[in-house]
Amino acid sequence: MSAGSLELKGVTRAFGDHVAVNDISFEVPSGELVALIGASGSGKTTTLRITAGYEMPDSGSVMFDGRDITSLPPQKRGFGMVFQHYALFPHMTVEQNVGFGLEARGVGKQMRLDKARAALDAVGLQKAGPRSIQSLSGGEQQRVALARALVIEPKALLMDEPLSNLDPTLRQSTRDELRSMLHRVGVPALFVTHDQEDAFAVADRIALIRKGILLQIGTPEDLYDRPSSLGVASFIGRATILPAEDLGDRVGVTIAGQRREFGASKPNGQAGKLNSPHVVLRPDALEIARDGDDAAWRGEVVNRRFTGGSAVYRVKVGEGTVLEVESGEMGLREGDPTGVRVSREPLPMVAGE
Amino acid sequence: MKQGDNRRSLFLALPVLALLVWTVAYPNVAVIAGSFEDGLGHWREFVDSPADREALWTSIVISLASVVASLGIGVPLAFLLSRFEFPGRRILRGVATLPAALPPLVGVISFLFLYSESGVVTRAIQYFFGMAEAPWRLQGVSAIIFVHAYTMYVYVFLFVSAGLERFDTTLDEAASGLGANGWQRLRYVTLPLLTPALAGSMLLVFMTSLGSFSAPYVFGGGIRVLATQIVSSKLNGSLGLAYVETTVLALSAVAGLALFRWLERKRKYTSSGKGSTTRRVIKSRRVQVVAALLATITVIVLVLPHLMIILVSFAVDGAWTTQVMPPEYTLDNYRRLFSEAELWRPMVNSLSMAVIATAANLIVCFVAAYLIVLRKFSGRKTLEVLVALPWAIPATAIALGLAATFNRNDLFSARILIVGTFWILPLAYFVRGIPLVSTAIEGSLRQLDPALEDAARGLGASWWLTMRKVVLPAARPGLVAGGLLAAVTAVGEFVAGVVLYTHSNRPISMEILAQLRQLAFGTASAYSVLLILLVLVMTMTARSFEERMA
Repeated sequence: MSAGSLELKGVTRAFGDHVAVNDISFEVPSGELVALIGASGSGKTTTLRITAGYEMPDSGSVMFDGRDITSLPPQKRGFGMVFQHYALFPHMTVEQNVGFGLEARGVGKQMRLDKARAALDAVGLQKAGPRSIQSLSGGEQQRVALARALVIEPKALLMDEPLSNLDPTLRQSTRDELRSMLHRVGVPALFVTHDQEDAFAVADRIALIRKGILLQIGTPEDLYDRPSSLGVASFIGRATILPAEDLGDRVGVTIAGQRREFGASKPNGQAGKLNSPHVVLRPDALEIARDGDDAAWRGEVVNRRFTGGSAVYRVKVGEGTVLEVESGEMGLREGDPTGVRVSREPLPMVAGE
Repeated sequence: MKQGDNRRSLFLALPVLALLVWTVAYPNVAVIAGSFEDGLGHWREFVDSPADREALWTSIVISLASVVASLGIGVPLAFLLSRFEFPGRRILRGVATLPAALPPLVGVISFLFLYSESGVVTRAIQYFFGMAEAPWRLQGVSAIIFVHAYTMYVYVFLFVSAGLERFDTTLDEAASGLGANGWQRLRYVTLPLLTPALAGSMLLVFMTSLGSFSAPYVFGGGIRVLATQIVSSKLNGSLGLAYVETTVLALSAVAGLALFRWLERKRKYTSSGKGSTTRRVIKSRRVQVVAALLATITVIVLVLPHLMIILVSFAVDGAWTTQVMPPEYTLDNYRRLFSEAELWRPMVNSLSMAVIATAANLIVCFVAAYLIVLRKFSGRKTLEVLVALPWAIPATAIALGLAATFNRNDLFSARILIVGTFWILPLAYFVRGIPLVSTAIEGSLRQLDPALEDAARGLGASWWLTMRKVVLPAARPGLVAGGLLAAVTAVGEFVAGVVLYTHSNRPISMEILAQLRQLAFGTASAYSVLLILLVLVMTMTARSFEERMA
């Protein structure tokens, strides 16, 4: 375990019969940014709250810098937390909000004010100090919440859906700022989101949680290209997932009676034969085939979606299978016949559930 | 169309404005004018009288102390019940508001039976420890504050509970994440956010204490407060002095109003985010036992006055002298109440006067609320002030104002003779009920989208049809709640009764007092029980009506 890192070990928490967090373990080294993602009710927020100290795990432990802090109350942990609705104190000005953590630590008034202003500077809110919380826009509130968490020089930074209340354009720019700012601060940072685009854009690594269980933790590329299970493959990115034949380092895929073979990759640590093997076909691993391409599956365009630089087609092959294909070819329309072929190998293979 | 609406508003507003000016504003003018009828003479009399100076000072001290005591009980109880889960929480929550259900005089009497020198609790302690004398005397300032704290902490409890219900607990979590300890969170986050609730309830306690009459009247001993001074001056025939005292009392109330409103405004903010309350379950076995024990004791203390009144209502009049508990029990008290016409009379009186006053309240206040909320006509501000005025004036002052105004027939000064007739008490109840009923109806009407009224008119509905099918249904919850509150207050009313009653229209509370003076504790308690039952029946009728309509 590296210095200043945050670690969860076998953390479990149940509410009545409902196991919200089930034996979750992972480590966030200092300076790394980890996103906890999952559907609502998956247990990601409970995991974050246990890390912050607002909930006690039934078993397992939270470690910081090699020290067990499981039973340490939040006010003694020295972590910075950004809440989903920011939880800014409505009866205080922006400055007073940012300075509150310093006040709790007994920092004198002038020092408090100086540091609060510097923190507001850092998030681009130089002049907002004396303003009231109600007068701020959503994006400004988010920055104040971040400044308030950073000004106490936190040992770790925890954020609950920090971007979910921002409108789409603001969200794009805030992602980039957040990422560079967090890397500058250089402490372990953990944030919860239900939006994988946020996770892809901001996080160094992503931890995917479903029904309280940690399905996979890894870089965004890991989760996308080498999903550990069918659950991960279907949650992360878009994909058509079909039953297939496990041929060791190759995969046999049969659609509408036409069988093809491709190079394949298996999840880490699952070298043997997979149980009920499935292949993951990402839109960007497929392409529109030219007429007469023997390797292609023939079908018909049922839906076309323009995405800017490319178009995404849903192509119906045979009776029941619809493949999603991302292509630079813009000319096809609904009802046009076309072929689809694999453009990128190896294809990820996962075990069925 | 618009022109017609305005004319109709004015047509509705004029009679209501006139009635309110005549019954609400004018009596105050009469009192103030009366205080100067002898130039500054009565005022000099007031300033030179040690008794009056003492009364003013004591009134203010008692009111402020009642605020502090109510805060001391109400705030911790509200925190305990809304933040923690422990054995006995539900029962405690159920009885926490019980003291407010006791009519003012009844609460005072039950305290007399429980904690006075000859009270059950006092004597039990005296005999148990073998003391020669009672361990305490329920008299003077501390006794009054004790009774006030018991009945008025409920305001603080209700306001703070509601505030905590809306409280966004993530703010508390945010503070602890930033390193604030329990005390710092309370001091810098929770309490500032509860300031509006605290100020509102403090104001209510202060105003109620200032106007409180029954506790000083029964427990006062040698203590003088303004409310009792006014009545005794009036009974002594020093009307001019009574007017000065009334003016001073009303001014103190207005000063209190200004003070607490200022406190409330200072901390004005709009809460953001969703409130979420999670009760912390107390897990430690030992703390659980302590909590359960404390809850049990509190429940007993809260229920005891009610139980005591019920018990004494079966006691034989005059038999209870030096024993801890009443020695003999009988159903006679109730039998006599129901069979003797002269004893039954106050029940009929109180009920009919309350019904008349409440009916008038409903009609007048509905029109006023309709004009204030839905019609933007020019006299709106005046109407708002008139409707709220009786709330800022202590009950004794209202009663004296009516006595000063409606005491003779004089068309020239717009006076008619009502004092000494049946109608004076319903009039007093009506005036006291105005702010209660108006506020309730205004609250309901504010939830009505003004566009609905326009939409109905746009669909071709006449003004009257719109009123019946759109406005009245929207006002209904307010009419029911406000009407109930006014009726309950009127049935148990005491102060106006003392100042204005005549033998033929004496209300229940006056009869209770009369029985008490003859040491007929059993009969007095039987009346009290019937009064409580009456309030209970009214509350349940209103509730079931509201449920059937909703």
